Amino acid sequence: MTATNTITSVNDLVIKFANVNGSGSASANNMFAKAVFRMGLSVSPKNIFPSNIQGLPTWYEVRVSDKGYIGRRGGIDIMVCVNPQSMAKDIQEVSPGGFFIYDNTKPMDLRLLRNDITFIGLPLMRICLDEYNDDRQRQLFKNVIYVGALAALINIEFDVLTGLIADQFEGKEKLIAPNIHAMELGFQYAQKHYQCPLSISLQRRDNLGDKILMDGNTACGLGAVYGGATMAGWYPITPSTSVVEGYEKYCKRLRIDPGTGKNNYAIIQAEDELAAIGMVIGASWNGARAFTATSGPGISLMSEFLGLAYFAEIPTVLIDVQRAGPSTGMPTRTQQSDITACAYASHGDTKHVLVFPSTPKECFDMTAEAFDLAEQLQTPIIMLTDLDLGMNDTMSDPLDWDDSRQYKRGKVFTAEDLESMSERFGRYVDVDGDGIPYRTYPGTHPTKGSFFTRGTSRDEYAVYTEDGSEYEKNMQRLLKKWETAKKYVPAPEIIIAEKGSSIGVLHFGTSTDATMEAIDYLTRDGLAVDSCRIRAFPFNQEIEDFIDSHRTVFVVEQNRDAQMRSLLVNDCEINPKHLIPVLNYDGMPITASFIQGKIVDYMDRAKVTPLRKDSANDNTANL
Amino acid sequence: MSYLKPSFRHPDLPVNDLGYTKKNYEGAISTLCAGCGHDSISSAITQAIFELSIAPHNIAKMSGIGCSSKTPTYFLGNSHGFNSVHGRMPSVATGANMANRDMIYVGVSGDGDTASIGMGQFTHAVRRNVNMMYIVENNGCYGLTKGQDSATSDVGSKSKKGDPNPFEPIDLASIALQLGATFVARSFSGDKEQLIPLIKAAIAHQGFAFIDVVSPCVTFNNNPGSTKGYEYVRDHLAATGTVDFVPMKDEITTSYEAGTSQEVTLHDGSVVHLHKADSRLDIHSRRSALALIKDYKANDQLLTGLLYMDPDSQELHETIQSSNKPLRALTELDLCPGNKVLTSINASLR
Ligand SMILES: Cc1ncc(C[n+]2csc(CCOP(=O)(O)OP(=O)(O)O)c2C)c(N)n1
Ligand code: SF4
Ligand SMILES: [Mg+2]
Repeated sequence: MTATNTITSVNDLVIKFANVNGSGSASANNMFAKAVFRMGLSVSPKNIFPSNIQGLPTWYEVRVSDKGYIGRRGGIDIMVCVNPQSMAKDIQEVSPGGFFIYDNTKPMDLRLLRNDITFIGLPLMRICLDEYNDDRQRQLFKNVIYVGALAALINIEFDVLTGLIADQFEGKEKLIAPNIHAMELGFQYAQKHYQCPLSISLQRRDNLGDKILMDGNTACGLGAVYGGATMAGWYPITPSTSVVEGYEKYCKRLRIDPGTGKNNYAIIQAEDELAAIGMVIGASWNGARAFTATSGPGISLMSEFLGLAYFAEIPTVLIDVQRAGPSTGMPTRTQQSDITACAYASHGDTKHVLVFPSTPKECFDMTAEAFDLAEQLQTPIIMLTDLDLGMNDTMSDPLDWDDSRQYKRGKVFTAEDLESMSERFGRYVDVDGDGIPYRTYPGTHPTKGSFFTRGTSRDEYAVYTEDGSEYEKNMQRLLKKWETAKKYVPAPEIIIAEKGSSIGVLHFGTSTDATMEAIDYLTRDGLAVDSCRIRAFPFNQEIEDFIDSHRTVFVVEQNRDAQMRSLLVNDCEINPKHLIPVLNYDGMPITASFIQGKIVDYMDRAKVTPLRKDSANDNTANL
Repeated sequence: MSYLKPSFRHPDLPVNDLGYTKKNYEGAISTLCAGCGHDSISSAITQAIFELSIAPHNIAKMSGIGCSSKTPTYFLGNSHGFNSVHGRMPSVATGANMANRDMIYVGVSGDGDTASIGMGQFTHAVRRNVNMMYIVENNGCYGLTKGQDSATSDVGSKSKKGDPNPFEPIDLASIALQLGATFVARSFSGDKEQLIPLIKAAIAHQGFAFIDVVSPCVTFNNNPGSTKGYEYVRDHLAATGTVDFVPMKDEITTSYEAGTSQEVTLHDGSVVHLHKADSRLDIHSRRSALALIKDYKANDQLLTGLLYMDPDSQELHETIQSSNKPLRALTELDLCPGNKVLTSINASLR
């Protein structure tokens, strides 16, 4: 069936692949996304997968945008459905004027037909049955065949695809020809039976400069290699697992001692998250750089140790790849919902330094930097990323490293320091007045600098005491250190509209791409908006100033309880009414249209006329 | 409060091979109850390490939470120590050990700390064969929280305030044997002659060396009816034999009757000599150790002494092939691949 009005676009589309989990579709779908990327076009693929290894529906949604937008757009222009299980729902999802590409080897249930979309049948199973004898081959090549058909249907350069196949099977050259053949089968079928290309198509551009396509977790793993981590303790949990896998992959390549062939790293798969973070704390206490990666349920288990690390002042690097809540439910869906749990993790008065990367490059940079921060501040640093950034290939600026960079190991007394000291060494003495004391690595000196590490029942010299005033004094020093931390953590990224605005949007992590796109739309529609990307907690002064200088401030986040907003209210003592939450928490990455809609709704309801920057300032006194 | 001891030193105090006196190995004055078994263990550790001539700063003391876990304050004051989290010392010790393989790790835990809240971590440290000595100061109760039964308390054993314990005990030595511990011993805090050589052997052993030391809690579990009190333990004690630890540098002078003794040479050349009281024991056989523990227990006896050791054990660093140099001593040069490598990684991501 062909609709009369079809969506017409060049280099602007959302295509969704509906597959069966475990059927080998992932590599074909990745090839599709990479092909778009190699045609110089902005691409943003997102896996939507079940908590299951084989048999359940899984989707892969790819957005192509000529303008370079990589947030999720919403709406499906083309659905490639290779899963009869989800077909009815998949058909419903296609936007009017869109295309539904499906395997028509078996006749389709006519009741599912829609007359506002175009159905394109490809006899994938038939072709495979005719062509291959082996069941596994039939299944694998089916995926390659639909990629070939798409090449004809939306105009992907065939050479780019063959180049990708050659890359993929480097070292297994035998597989190259059969894969190219399968792709040709699809290509030829589509060309013969349909008017190619469709009204939605691609054209080569040079939009990408030196951009790379990488998932955030691998970037974190690589950041840990560059940042000098020598020990990782971890326990598998989606979506964080590939952080340590990435670390291991690069360690195996880059961290083998040339003389002995031995490993300049230690990775221990722990028995649980309690042990994972315990190992990290033990290693850090003993002077190595160590880290762990986990997701929400792991954070819950690590909480006790995080408290100890905070009070005993042990550098600890923890990467939390957030997902939606508990282990049954939506563990394979994305959210930004561990913010409060991480910021205040543990017993007693604790607060932790958080950093929020938005891109793979930032995952790399911030992971490497987290080790500096942890050692400089002698406290846990928790990096909050999420499934969306962590597990999806995301376009990013390339990674770079300044070869003159030295690790900032913080305040550590060496044997010589101890030897030349006239005063008694005190592990928790605030020598410099910034709240950060000096530490010694175990085994530094035969008679000086040793101490017994424990929580808080000790004085400045780490000698046991339960004296309340010593406790208070220590807690005050930790607060001073918290203030110092504001100067060390990554500063926010503030973008002021051309003429400034009285409306500001705060955003962070994976809410950023969609927020920036929404701001473009709002600007186009005459509503100028300033933005501030939060990159760390504690919040530095610039964030407070940004809030103070805007009459209406939205906080965009992907959780139900406006957790970042709570932190802002709490930590910067901001009137809650001043911060308007924009919240998405259905487990899917937030979209620009959602943010735009919420902001427009609010402005309509509040009947606030946007003011120019100068008049906003006049008004601040009335807030 | 803990108190620093007066530093007055008698000029004639004996010194060890490093020129240190025993004072160099002592810690703060104990604040445990007078007569607590744990204090005797602290002093055995002090004595053993002094005699082994290990520089105190080359030792890291690791503990969990409990009266027992507090004791590292009371020995080896020149060593760093870490009073970590209840039941979680094994993971902290594992991490510390990964960071620096050149130090010696002395872990001290309690029966609550190990057999209940920390059972998971204990079992996994055993199976990984982390290179450390792990002592459980086993008093059958939770001393620090005032005497509740612990999981090592025998069926029917009565603590000071309690009813007879209705639950089956966990025998940590047996569990360690089953999980593949490469050195397993049991001792009694009141038997220093046995404990000191066992500690020496445990420290010299490469791999996870476990010693379950029955250590009465005088305040909560030393009453008639308790199977972990001094009197009961003394009356029911049996030993696998006497243990001599001969450091590598010393010559072996004693000779033993054939068949009644077993000799084990450790990786560093030291020798552990077991003069057997029960010829059925083969210290290279887990089975024989497990069977004997059961046999003695059936006769209401607590079998102490060296139970099992595997001198060729492969500790965790060897298993994972980590660098010979301590990981914490590696620098940017060893660790950071530099920008050129990054450029080629970038290229592979396009
Ligand atoms: C998470 C946690 N739960 C409970 C406690 C309280 N607690 C402190 S010590 C202890 C038991 C210690 O028993 P054991 O390890 O046998 O040591 P002992 O005092 O008998 O030497 C408990 C339950 C704690 N510190 N942490
Ligand atoms: S309560 Fe028991 S275990 Fe604790 S110090 Fe006193 S005697 Fe020792
Ligand atoms: Mg106890």
